[in-house]
Amino acid sequence: MWQALYEELKDHGFVVIAVALDSREEDPLPWIEAAAPTYPCLIDRDHRLADLYDMVNVPQAVWIDERGTIVRPTEPAGAYEGFRRMDRVTREMPADAARVTAQAKATYLDALRDWVRRGDASEHAFDAERARAHAPRPTEDAARAHVLFRLGQHLIRHGQPDEGDRWLAEASRLHPESWAMWRQRAGVTELGLAAQPDFWARVDALGARRYYAPVDMKGMP
Amino acid sequence: MAILLTETTETVLPDTRAEGDRLWLSAAELEAAIGWSSRPEGFCRANICVPVPPGREREFMRGGQIDVAALWRHLGQPLAHSADGGAWVLGTAAAERESALRSLQAPDFSLPDRTGCRHSLSEHRGKKVLLVSWASW
Repeated sequence: MWQALYEELKDHGFVVIAVALDSREEDPLPWIEAAAPTYPCLIDRDHRLADLYDMVNVPQAVWIDERGTIVRPTEPAGAYEGFRRMDRVTREMPADAARVTAQAKATYLDALRDWVRRGDASEHAFDAERARAHAPRPTEDAARAHVLFRLGQHLIRHGQPDEGDRWLAEASRLHPESWAMWRQRAGVTELGLAAQPDFWARVDALGARRYYAPVDMKGMP
Repeated sequence: MAILLTETTETVLPDTRAEGDRLWLSAAELEAAIGWSSRPEGFCRANICVPVPPGREREFMRGGQIDVAALWRHLGQPLAHSADGGAWVLGTAAAERESALRSLQAPDFSLPDRTGCRHSLSEHRGKKVLLVSWASW
């Protein structure tokens, strides 16, 4: 998805930096090989980016301008809730859910194109006041969760997988908003990769709450 | 032996053994591992100094050594260690993260690509950047 966009916009002084929140560095390699990215595609075993930018899910993105200033803080990058209505066996979405999900993605990509071409003149680039109002507010529990997550990953990589997994579980308990921590652990412990029954139970438990946070962007569902 | 992880560093301390929730380092190890030094005016990093609370010196110092865990807690930052005290992680408090994000200056980082070559955000200054997360899970 990002390779085509990067090719389209790279001559406008634009780059994509994609960061895989993957604790086992071999896991993202097949995806990277298939996408054959010509932009930097980085591997973040300790979910450091999630700590720095208060990311809780994928895909989430930040827009950063030429001066290194955040003009759109962390938010879902064109992802939408439609998957929650998919058939959990066939993985097909009802037509209306698929339509609104496609609309979210198209809206996001068009806004991104507009910003890359027009910079600050784009209505999608926040001014400082709005960007600040949208800045994430990490909690102390989340900060502690990132410490425990890092400790757990270190122990798993250094021959103490059982204790390591206990710290990952505690991290996820402290920071329940983080699907990244929860889903990473679901993979690590081979409870089953995401999109298994445990995942759907956790999604269903959200009820009316969103899986992907709402995005303040004109035209976004 | 103990290993001390900060946001960007991993320091092996061959002669150090944790004592419960305490991790005593020499002044030189402290400075090398976390960039804080022990000075007459307190603990200092760059041009910031935090005084040791009067009467509580023994919580932080003993015979030329400093308890990095006590210092880190005193700075209001989160930390954790493994059950055997062999691995320690020093993290960053939520207030500091929030203040960095509210400054709107994008926090820099350096991470490896699949070949192990490291890239940092700041290398791309002068371009517009879409910084996007994804995962295989």
